[in-house]
Amino acid sequence: MARTSKKANRRHPLATVVLIAIGLAFTGGGYALFTSTATANTDTASSQTTVDEGSKLFASNCATCHGMNLQGTAAGPSLLGVGAASVDFQVGTGRMPLAMQGPQAMQKPAQFTADQTAALAAYVASLSPGPAVPTDDQLTNTGNATNGGELFRINCAMCHNVAGAGGALTEGKFAPELTGVESKYIYEAMLTGPQNMPVFNDHNITPEDKRDIITYLKYLQNNPSPGGFDLGNLGPVAEGLFIWIFGIGAVVAMTIWLTAKSN
Amino acid sequence: MSTIERSTAPGPGPLESGPTEAPAQAEAPKISNAPSARFTSIAANYIDERTSISAVVKEFGRKIFPDHWSFMLGEVALYSFVIIILTGTFLTFFFQASMAPVTYDGSFVPLKGVEMSSAMSSTLNISFEIRGGLLVRQIHHWAALLFIASIGLHMLRIYFTGAFRKPRELNWVIGFILFILALAEGFTGYSLPDDLLSGNGLRIIDGMVKGVPFAGSWLSYLIFGGEFPGEQIVGRLYTLHILLLPAIIVALIALHLVFVVVHKHTQYAGPGKTNENVIGYPVLPVYAAKAGGFFFIVFGIVALIASFFTINPIWNYGPYDPSPVSAGTQPDWYIGFADGALRLIPPGLEAVIWGHTYSFNILIPIAVLGLFIVTVLIYPFIEGWVTGDRREHHILDRPRNAPTRTAIGAAGVTFYAALWAAASSDIIATHFQLSIEAVIHTIQATVILGPIIAYFVAKRVCLALQKKDREIALHGFESGRIVRLPGGEYIEVHQDVDEYERWKLVSFNEYKPLMIRPNARGKITQTQRLRGRMSNWFFEDRIAPVRKTDVERQSQHH
Repeated sequence: MARTSKKANRRHPLATVVLIAIGLAFTGGGYALFTSTATANTDTASSQTTVDEGSKLFASNCATCHGMNLQGTAAGPSLLGVGAASVDFQVGTGRMPLAMQGPQAMQKPAQFTADQTAALAAYVASLSPGPAVPTDDQLTNTGNATNGGELFRINCAMCHNVAGAGGALTEGKFAPELTGVESKYIYEAMLTGPQNMPVFNDHNITPEDKRDIITYLKYLQNNPSPGGFDLGNLGPVAEGLFIWIFGIGAVVAMTIWLTAKSN
Repeated sequence: MSTIERSTAPGPGPLESGPTEAPAQAEAPKISNAPSARFTSIAANYIDERTSISAVVKEFGRKIFPDHWSFMLGEVALYSFVIIILTGTFLTFFFQASMAPVTYDGSFVPLKGVEMSSAMSSTLNISFEIRGGLLVRQIHHWAALLFIASIGLHMLRIYFTGAFRKPRELNWVIGFILFILALAEGFTGYSLPDDLLSGNGLRIIDGMVKGVPFAGSWLSYLIFGGEFPGEQIVGRLYTLHILLLPAIIVALIALHLVFVVVHKHTQYAGPGKTNENVIGYPVLPVYAAKAGGFFFIVFGIVALIASFFTINPIWNYGPYDPSPVSAGTQPDWYIGFADGALRLIPPGLEAVIWGHTYSFNILIPIAVLGLFIVTVLIYPFIEGWVTGDRREHHILDRPRNAPTRTAIGAAGVTFYAALWAAASSDIIATHFQLSIEAVIHTIQATVILGPIIAYFVAKRVCLALQKKDREIALHGFESGRIVRLPGGEYIEVHQDVDEYERWKLVSFNEYKPLMIRPNARGKITQTQRLRGRMSNWFFEDRIAPVRKTDVERQSQHH
């Protein structure tokens, strides 16, 4: 009896699950490895081949709205002079190509790989000069967070909120949340002023100041609120909602419990 | 002396033995020889001989309080206030109410080396350097939010049950003044840390003061001791926040509670409960123990919230500077209705008349809110005049049994809620992906149309519920049992409600519109006409309560 049951269960009941897990881990790991090696190769110079590849990508994906020669159409603005930084921001964060016309381009998973984005950026930059993609040493988190904080409050907080939680603009437009945004994109956004954002060029906010601002934002991101959960850093509205739902809710539940008749 | 004789444990009413009865038997005095008992009796005697406190204990200790969850909301407000005083006292040890500039040198890195006022710097030090300081600060602030929220709920309970009627009109007024003072306490406290958020709030107040015709600029200079923001305002608000306002609030709370004792507590209609008695638990020992325990429950809830959730992270906002304003800048929730009114007023309502600027975009909201506040303040007198009801009321109305009052309340709540929602128009816009103009325009329409719709819907719902009650009282409720009669007819058997249930359904007063009568000179004045019309509006639609005879007649049918 014992022997037959042992034979029937020659495979452990969880064997299938383990096999699937191993398979998934291999595929996923391999994929991750592959993509990370792919991104590691992106810092190629804007050689002619890259520009050519970018040109093809542009013609098939962007030219409908921005025109074959970047001159713009009724559906999209001219891209002359926007520079590689702008392309890297818009395409890298998935805002371009647009999914649909709306108050403003929404962020979504990027459509192009890092290589393709770089090629597009190189192509756009090759036709007319503009701000370049920031280099890694411009993006270190070693700036002065105090200075960055002051600059952020003066220049950015009115739209993005003091804690970078985002805010409303007119006509359905909005300033997005800044927590979790890559340093590179924050820098490029300041440099190129995407959507409704004003341009903060290097004369207005120097590269050092930009680094300070990024340092400040990364400080906020990496150091959770000392007071506990931050309720989205939305200010008193979130606090009021919280006390009315959970504070009053708990207190009223207690009053009902206290006055319940014991049966 | 009022018509109530005395609060008693369940009076020998005809319908007694409801479960809410108080255990009225006093503990029989036991003579014990245990040393502790002897010590207690000697100590009690010692104190009594010197203070005559036994009279107070005898009177107050046997005071009856009825038991219902909604009667504890005022207690929540009281306990929150105690929490606020306890934590506030701690904060005063470390807070410096000065706007003298200092350079911050505490442990919050992104503000190191920034010049700020002592007020801001000391608040940061409370948060980061003083042991337990941040927790106490957060308890203080969360308790303040709970304080005003519970006052609001308490007021709504009083309003919708008609507990403000004679003889309690004055206590309503005192309570409402307490509410306004609590708002003032909240706002002054919000302004003390001198961070960006509080400075922005003060700037709005400054704008409203400056909007006063003729005197605005002078008033602003007077309040701020010079040009905004000046170097005075934090010190002045601090005096108000910790001295003047709390003193008035404590005095008024005492008066409020004295009135509760003098008037006796109201109760909901129920078997054995009449306008002349109060049924519930005596203060000693049950109620005092419950209430005392409840204080710690409230404190515990606030402390839990404060330990886990940040409130007012001033370190994000940074020191006040008149130039920056953060997106999502709002007042604390209780000032939201005023902020919302300012957001909703259409732009361009300014006029220059004979060299003076009139900012109607500020004056209109102030006037509308002022009117709203005064109306709520004097509502008991308005209703008393309209209904002509001079009787004392100690039995609470169910909201449905006073349809017009409930409808007015619903309209008021809708009006307030729309203004309140407007204060978060930007957050609504971003979080629901709407355009802020659409949000503002929708709320603008809601402020005007919402109360009207709410009025009619609430009134109809009340009348419908009254009709349902009448049906149930007379014919019982649908039992779900379908019976086929010999003739083939199907009927659903209605089951009569029991006496206790029916009592609740039928015990309310019937009102009729006032008859206008000519005065001594044989004339009907305009005021009387107005009163007649108002009374008519108040009581025109009504469902007559079921009388005993109706029930008896009905039960004979069955």
